[in-house]
Amino acid sequence: MSESNEFVKKVAEKKYEFGFTTDIHTEIIDKGLNEDVVRLISEKKGEPEWLLEFRLKAYRYWLTQQQPSWAHVHLPEIDYQAISYYADPTAKAKKGPNSLEEIDPELMKTFDKLGIPLEERLALSGTAVDAVMDSVSVKTTFKEKLSEKGIIFCSISEAVREYPDLVKQYLGSVVPYRDNYFAALNSAVFSDGSFVYIPKNTRCPMELSTYFRINARNTGQFERTLIVCDEGSYVSYLEGCTAPQRDENQLHAAIVEIVVMDNAEVKYSTVQNWYPGDAEGKGGVLNLVTKRGELRGTNSKLSWTQVETGSAITWKYPSCVLRGDNSQAEFYSVAVTNNHQEADTGTKMIHLGKNTRSTIISKGISAGKSQNSYRGLVRVGKNADFARNYSSCDSLLLGSECGAHTFPYMDVHNNTATVEHEATTSKINEDQLMYCNQRGISTEEAVGLIVNGYAKEVINKLPMEFAVEAQKLLSVSLEGTVG
Amino acid sequence: MKSEQQYIDLYGEAADIIKSKSCPVMNALRDTAFETFRSQGFPTRKVERYRYTDVEAAFAPNYGVSLSPLTIKPSPYIFNLKDAPEDIAALYGSVADSKDPITALNTALVHETLLVHVTRNTKVDAPITIDYWLRGEAATMMNRRILILMETGAEATIIINDHAADKQRFLSTQVIEVICRDNAHLDMYEIEETTPLCSRFSNVYIREGRDCSVKHNSITLFNGQTRNLCDVYLQGENSEVTLNGCAIASANQCIDNNTLIDHQVPNCQSTELYKYVVDDKAVGAFAGKILVEKGAQHTSSQETNANLCASPDARMYTQPMLEIYADDVKCAHGSTVGVMDEAALFYMRQRGIPETEARMLLKNAFMGQVIDQIKDEPLRARLYVKVEKRFRGELDKCEDCRLCK
Repeated sequence: MSESNEFVKKVAEKKYEFGFTTDIHTEIIDKGLNEDVVRLISEKKGEPEWLLEFRLKAYRYWLTQQQPSWAHVHLPEIDYQAISYYADPTAKAKKGPNSLEEIDPELMKTFDKLGIPLEERLALSGTAVDAVMDSVSVKTTFKEKLSEKGIIFCSISEAVREYPDLVKQYLGSVVPYRDNYFAALNSAVFSDGSFVYIPKNTRCPMELSTYFRINARNTGQFERTLIVCDEGSYVSYLEGCTAPQRDENQLHAAIVEIVVMDNAEVKYSTVQNWYPGDAEGKGGVLNLVTKRGELRGTNSKLSWTQVETGSAITWKYPSCVLRGDNSQAEFYSVAVTNNHQEADTGTKMIHLGKNTRSTIISKGISAGKSQNSYRGLVRVGKNADFARNYSSCDSLLLGSECGAHTFPYMDVHNNTATVEHEATTSKINEDQLMYCNQRGISTEEAVGLIVNGYAKEVINKLPMEFAVEAQKLLSVSLEGTVG
Repeated sequence: MKSEQQYIDLYGEAADIIKSKSCPVMNALRDTAFETFRSQGFPTRKVERYRYTDVEAAFAPNYGVSLSPLTIKPSPYIFNLKDAPEDIAALYGSVADSKDPITALNTALVHETLLVHVTRNTKVDAPITIDYWLRGEAATMMNRRILILMETGAEATIIINDHAADKQRFLSTQVIEVICRDNAHLDMYEIEETTPLCSRFSNVYIREGRDCSVKHNSITLFNGQTRNLCDVYLQGENSEVTLNGCAIASANQCIDNNTLIDHQVPNCQSTELYKYVVDDKAVGAFAGKILVEKGAQHTSSQETNANLCASPDARMYTQPMLEIYADDVKCAHGSTVGVMDEAALFYMRQRGIPETEARMLLKNAFMGQVIDQIKDEPLRARLYVKVEKRFRGELDKCEDCRLCK
């Protein structure tokens, strides 16, 4: 026991690796939310009238709604008037940075520290990055190289200016502003995020990625990402996120919309490492996001892979609407909760087209005093002949004070569909631990080994660089849970 | 008009009559229960446990409330709660969830309670049978209440039959409270064979002490709209519970089973198996939650729900849930909604079995898994026949009830 006590002490002293703050001049608008704030954000971004209208409609709808309480999390009372809805760390440069020289060196340093080099020569050659800090996209790399192929990869504000028709056509078409409370809030005040358009019959030559960073105090991040993959194309998109260590909760309410056309394929991977709060459950990011992809075309494919280790509260259900015939959707998730973290995450698979197939693999790991829930819906519509779904949800419990819950919903309206769901909850197998111990592997290491093996099915689906990071994260998140 | 209003009015008018036909322990809870119902009204589909049943619509028609007395044949085990000793009568209402609106309505309107009492270390060989006949000249509402007390070491089999004898609209609410003291063993069957005009709302609450075993079978053969709720509270160590369900729905029938197994102490076991065959425009719903509370270590639990959708218009909703707050447990659930095995059908047709017959065989075999587990031999044999008849469409009235003959 003394060995494990020592270890616990060591870990207790260990801090969240990305908890630093960047001291940079940031232009923050006054706290509070009203129609003027919505207009101000729109004005700052130089948006056209239709987008302002969209925001205002969303804001007015949001006012009529109430914060949902159905999730298995203790969402604290959020004072929406105590948050600033726009923070711009690039305000010094007049028109937003166009070249590296114009980016504040402090900003460059921040992203370097996070392992996200913004200089293309330093970057991993296979990945183009859109770096977003607070409400503004700092820099998008490899833009020119991608545009040679006709691929558009830029911040959503830029897309609104440069490609208004495309944005107007797709924005809000997958997640309408009336979708839910947080989607309405995001639609009203969204700031930056990424926009991706892959033209017909194009295979995106590199991984596209967005890195989200919250820095400023008392702000929320409301990013919006829109990915459109046209006929016969392919793109793999990665998303990473961190935030500084603060005593108060920070709000993050994002929307991700994906449109997949005929024969196209999108792979969306997330490694979410927002600040989870301290060991007493103080502070941390409230991660309340709506992610949805619509498989509009026949033979289209969408795959969500997520590794969730951060955030005090996670409320996230990356979903797929399988509209096109023969479309395929996948959801792979590892959610780790420790200390006082609470996660309610899962997916929705809405089968509308014929011969559609979906797979759900969810692995939950709870430790400390955390609560980890899987919540998923599989709906087979009346016309979705021969739809097929397989779901498997496993939960691993590491500690007597944590909880693991499974809430699957299956609504089947078609008699040719086959829907299967299975779930198990257990703790780490004593025999496996014993086996490792016998071979000189300490319990701590053995747990890491077993957990990694347990999550392998999902981690394997991640692009390589991410998989390495995810594996490291997994062991860090779980350190100190044995004993 | 909201349909609860007529029940609120009814209570205002008839409370005194009901009270005069009832006994003090039941009257003691009546007004509070009515208040609970009045403040909540009927649950809407937004209430998680009632999301698959439109309660308000089921209670909307104008029903006359039946106050007919219980007929109890002399038996050493079955009594009217009125005649029970004080300490036993005091158990009335102690297990049921008084906050549930259907239970509250039942508690407010029910006039008599049937008591099944099996004394200490008594082993009852023959099954104790309770038959309910829904009879009436006009649309009638029945409120039924049963209290089952299994004393330490008692053993019994209880069969509760639900029949409808007249082609009338019937609405029944039922609350069954089961108390199993240490080392009691109960095998319980609820068999519903009513008509498409019947709506049934049944809430069963089971409390188990140490070393108990309870098996609850809910068998819906023929019905209109059925909503069965079964909550089990495991409060003593080394106890086990098995919940089995067989639901066959066709035409416009609806069957909604909602269960909760609450593991409050360590070292208990639970098994759950519910099977549905939904045909025509029928709707089937299953929601089962296994709750393992903090400290309930060494819990072992297995929940299975398998469903066959036999027609393009049939709908099936399933929701198997696990909520676990203890780490040293083994819990699993599996749920499937699917079609009949084409390969098996083909195999049988190759051997000269016509397709309809082959489908029948498969459906029978599918339900067989639930019926096989029935311990009471005569009942098992009877149910095999009934299930087969049901699939053949020959079971449109309750076969062995003397009223239908």
